[in-house]
Amino acid sequence: MRIRFEKRREPSKLMQAVTPVVAVLLTMVIGAVIFEAIGYDGPRAVKEIFFTPITASYKWPDVARRAAPLILIALGLCMGNRAKVWNIGAEGQYIVGALAGAGVAYFTENLQGPWIIPLMVLAGIAGGALWAAIPAFLKTRYRVNEILSSLMLVYVALQLLNYLVTGPWKDPNGHNFPQSAPFTQWQSLPKMLWGTPFPPGLFIAFSLSVVFWIVMSRSEFGLGVRVVGEAPKAAKYAGYDADDMIWRTLLISGGMAGLAGVLEAATQGGQLNLGFPSGYGFTAIIVSFLGRLHPLGAVVAGIVLAITYVGGQVAQTVVHVPNATAGIFQAMMLFLILASDVLVRRRIRIVRPQPSAQPAVQVAGSAM
Amino acid sequence: MNAEFIIAAIVTIVNVTTPILLAATGELVVEKSGVLNLGIEGMMLVGAIAGFAVTFEISNNPGLADAAPWLVGAAPWLGVLAAAAAGAAVSMIFGVLVLSLGSNQVATGLALTIFGTGLSTLIGESYVGMAGQSFDSIFPDAWAEDPIGKLFFGYSPLVYIAFIAVFAVYWFLNRTRAGLVLRAVGENDVSARSIGYSVVGVRYGAIAFGGAMSGVAGSYFTLVSNSLWQPGMTAGRGWIALALVVFAGWRSGRLLAGAYFFGLFMTLELYAKASGFSFLPSQFWAAMPYLMAIIVLAVMSARASGGAEAPACLGKTYMPDA
Repeated sequence: MRIRFEKRREPSKLMQAVTPVVAVLLTMVIGAVIFEAIGYDGPRAVKEIFFTPITASYKWPDVARRAAPLILIALGLCMGNRAKVWNIGAEGQYIVGALAGAGVAYFTENLQGPWIIPLMVLAGIAGGALWAAIPAFLKTRYRVNEILSSLMLVYVALQLLNYLVTGPWKDPNGHNFPQSAPFTQWQSLPKMLWGTPFPPGLFIAFSLSVVFWIVMSRSEFGLGVRVVGEAPKAAKYAGYDADDMIWRTLLISGGMAGLAGVLEAATQGGQLNLGFPSGYGFTAIIVSFLGRLHPLGAVVAGIVLAITYVGGQVAQTVVHVPNATAGIFQAMMLFLILASDVLVRRRIRIVRPQPSAQPAVQVAGSAM
Repeated sequence: MNAEFIIAAIVTIVNVTTPILLAATGELVVEKSGVLNLGIEGMMLVGAIAGFAVTFEISNNPGLADAAPWLVGAAPWLGVLAAAAAGAAVSMIFGVLVLSLGSNQVATGLALTIFGTGLSTLIGESYVGMAGQSFDSIFPDAWAEDPIGKLFFGYSPLVYIAFIAVFAVYWFLNRTRAGLVLRAVGENDVSARSIGYSVVGVRYGAIAFGGAMSGVAGSYFTLVSNSLWQPGMTAGRGWIALALVVFAGWRSGRLLAGAYFFGLFMTLELYAKASGFSFLPSQFWAAMPYLMAIIVLAVMSARASGGAEAPACLGKTYMPDA
């Protein structure tokens, strides 16, 4: 008796919705067992990581501030991954977006006006898009694998940040710390908006998720993205230009990452320093898959991942688990969601051994 | 610039090149079998901490020093073995997902990198700041005294192992029947299966080998270039190894040349930090290997007319319905 996966004619909608939930639940179970096994209070760790950030309302602002960049970046990545354009370098675009915003701040230091913040945000989007334009150009012009080029550019962006905050943009009054000058009130956004515990970025993320949802499900462009990703040959016959799709998805996902970066800098940081890169660009990849590459799924998944960040810190102080714990839980979630993909496309069938002996090798005619 | 300086530079290049050469040699075999494993960075980190921890525990165990002194002497070797085993072990998570459950290779490889980064940090928590044992040259010191001797005999055994591995992989892929089968699986999985080869079995083997090589590459950071553990210490070198495979056009010979080409730029970074090529900021030199990788990929990809050299099944999910 053995287990076999049989192909479904259509991907199962039910499984698509159920498996992410199961993946999160399984992560909790497996995580509890593993942490118990290596000498921590496993169930307690899971409780602190996944539930305390929800039940303790004073943790909500923290969850919200982490969910905002994760959702923003993941919205762009969902679109790219749908088209099978693999932008792995969102972290770099996030950094360059923040740098572009900080550049505007640097040149408007002595200026005032409500126009400065919108200008910074636009510069951030442009910066992120520009950084993503490099892999797009290399892919469409020279067929360079975008996974590698976008990723290499993360390391270049890190060095660019390092150079700017230790060199030209270093705060003259910063006691020689590697940081930019603090943003003025005209260059900053409030940490919470309209009496809610939520930052502006979260409202922008929620609104954009609806926009992305409509674009992906209702527009010609959204259809093109899906067709190019699922059936590239059919897309070609239908007249969709794959290169055009590469450009658009990379520019959009880069712009979203840049937006997340500049909002983070203007809302939370108040300045740029070497500690700015946070890995959101990489975690957003998990968010996009956990959200099943759906814009609304990305919102839910972004909140879940934000919870694990905040909960990881809680568990660190309460149960004394190491600070790498949240990362391991996040990776486990991604493993499980990818593993469960098989259930969306296939159904499990238990095969009993048949009495008649089957030929071990099937001859495939003129295949070779 | 005298001869001694040049030899010192070459020794440095060899040292910085070895880990990416080890990892890239493993990944070459994986990719030749038609699988793209983006988890190198994660497997390297797991290997780095496994190698460090095992070497540290053996060489700092007072009971063992009395009972089996030879074991203490062999500690770095055992550390390297542990690194290989650990790398292969975590690569099997990737293997099961990609081969048995048909998951997307790009996403699963990334998950492996994220997982390996977290796992190594978790295991390494208690080893941060500990001084470990280094895995130095096994030749008599006298051999490496003069500069020319140093050029040949001044390295850790891992350097020679990396060399041997490249040639062994070349021989395996091009001169053995098993290597032919592996390449056939990577070029046309359906046909390879129809003539009776186990596509999934071959790929499991290739992934395990790639994991072991990445693990050993990681241990180079904790046993040779530094004798300590630091979270995330491989600093993106695993990705350079991936670029190297593309740069080499999936050929072992060019892998060796390409590795030293990248090594040259990584050495420039070290020299820039130490003595200062002050006409450009040090961050420029630190970004150099990554910029070079991008430029080189562009040149190679343009010449190879659309990646024609890549194994035809690279990155494609294989899951027969029967």
